[in-house]
Amino acid sequence: MSDTVSEGIRTWRRQAHGVYVIAKKNSMLYYLKPPVLIFGVLFPVFFFLTFLMGRPIAADAIVPGMVAMALWFTASAVGPLVTPWERNARTYERLISSPLSLRAILLGDITSGLLFGACLSVVPVVLGLALTDSVITSLPLLICGVVLGALSFATLGVLLASPPASSPSNIMLLSNLVRLPLLFVSGVFLPIAEMPSWAQWISPISPLSYAADLIRTGFGQEPYFPVWVALVALVGFTVVMFLGACFFHRMWRSRGL
Amino acid sequence: MTSCIEVRGLTRRFGELTAVDRVEFEVNKGEVFGFLGPNGAGKTTTVRMLTGVIDPTGGTATIQGHDIRRDPLNARAHLGIVPEEANVYLDLSVWRNVMLMAELHGVPRARREEEGERLLKNLGLGDRKGQKARALSKGLRQRLMLCSALVSGPEILFLDEPTSGLDVHSARLIRNIVRDMNREGLTVFLTTHNMAEAEEVCDRVAIINKGRIVAIDTPDQLRDAMKSSQYVQVSFTDGLPPEDELAALAGVKRLSRAGGFRLYSEQPGRVATEVVRLAERRGVDIAEIATCKPSLEDVFLELTGQPIEEDRNE
Repeated sequence: MSDTVSEGIRTWRRQAHGVYVIAKKNSMLYYLKPPVLIFGVLFPVFFFLTFLMGRPIAADAIVPGMVAMALWFTASAVGPLVTPWERNARTYERLISSPLSLRAILLGDITSGLLFGACLSVVPVVLGLALTDSVITSLPLLICGVVLGALSFATLGVLLASPPASSPSNIMLLSNLVRLPLLFVSGVFLPIAEMPSWAQWISPISPLSYAADLIRTGFGQEPYFPVWVALVALVGFTVVMFLGACFFHRMWRSRGL
Repeated sequence: MTSCIEVRGLTRRFGELTAVDRVEFEVNKGEVFGFLGPNGAGKTTTVRMLTGVIDPTGGTATIQGHDIRRDPLNARAHLGIVPEEANVYLDLSVWRNVMLMAELHGVPRARREEEGERLLKNLGLGDRKGQKARALSKGLRQRLMLCSALVSGPEILFLDEPTSGLDVHSARLIRNIVRDMNREGLTVFLTTHNMAEAEEVCDRVAIINKGRIVAIDTPDQLRDAMKSSQYVQVSFTDGLPPEDELAALAGVKRLSRAGGFRLYSEQPGRVATEVVRLAERRGVDIAEIATCKPSLEDVFLELTGQPIEEDRNE
């Protein structure tokens, strides 16, 4: 094996290990905190109860939407704040002056969001199965929906974290301005087919639409998008948003911000 | 002597402002290199470029032969960094802070644990391993930063105002550790406003002003070269000769009051003789008289024309 190839493999392994270290650091510092965990568990439960009570629909019909919404909020909730928090505390400089590439740092942030979102989505799934008549008809599609959904939502979180704001509240505002409108056009509350035509036009620009669709299919409901379209779209969103996050982080860095 | 940092034409512009302008210098392996300059001179910007925090807009530098623009990861792999403000992770324990930096540098578990234990003990943090960094004082946080920077076994240590605002004990401890590590071969790049510290620990210093390097040499040679800043320090026991007569003595270029009189001259020996003669003529007794080389602070003032300020916000 040539020296160049073995050096390339060493570099790749170092960076992959760095992704793990960043994800571990984020989990310890930002995710595995009692308030965040409690929020992650309680949030879907209350949403579930809110949607169930007083509505003339079968409880099992709204379970996929609840799972998708919980995933949306948990996987993309903390990610936008990690970089501003670290900029604020000036610990961000320690990361970017370490021998880790920007990609590895951002992938570490994404990984922690992915794991947090995917793990906590088990709670609404279990609640849905235990408290309603829902059944999982395709576990692979449900897992694909949860994992790819969490991946793309966590990547969105990292993209939202890229503006050079040291004040987390500014990013929080931006994050809510993006995430909340997308929630309403993604077929979570109402299947996309039943939404007004303008919303049906907008829904394809939201990764949540595809994740919710896959989760819905996993629970045996009728999909709006063909499965392959949803899978490709989630991967595509992830790649584009990740490249966007890298671009913006580099751009601000080159401007000294 | 082998150089481990080579800076060539390094430039950083922020819009119309050129913060660092075609800076060039080398840092030799195993030396303590001081980087001095007044506020806004470009010190921190230079350090931030060398450590990968911001990108240069022109020129480049190599660290242990790795170009910071073309091969930044390998360049940064050789560095330990203690920034001016101790930016530890406040919600992590002392031990986890140290281990995190070691892991980011890919240090194997057994080595990082052994090194971490040793460094924490040497820096007086051994019994605070489990404490959150939030509970530490500024001095202890700075020690923790040093520990985190050294745990990966770097070849070059960047220290930005490492003892600024610290208590005497912490400042001395940090200086001693750095000196010991330097004796073992560590190269140190020290940014400081503390001229006494620079004079005490630096083998060579560079002075940067308005984004450009204005002098690089050993502290001794810089002081020797600054002939116009040599002076005669004199104080009198009773009575004083008129100040204008002192200022008018042959060879005196300027006079200031500092613990008596300070008469600047390129010929301090001759001025001292003239002062003694004047004292005799005026019938006043000299309490103390000495010819002095300029301090590094004098050299700094001469080269930059600016006072050394404590506020280091660039």
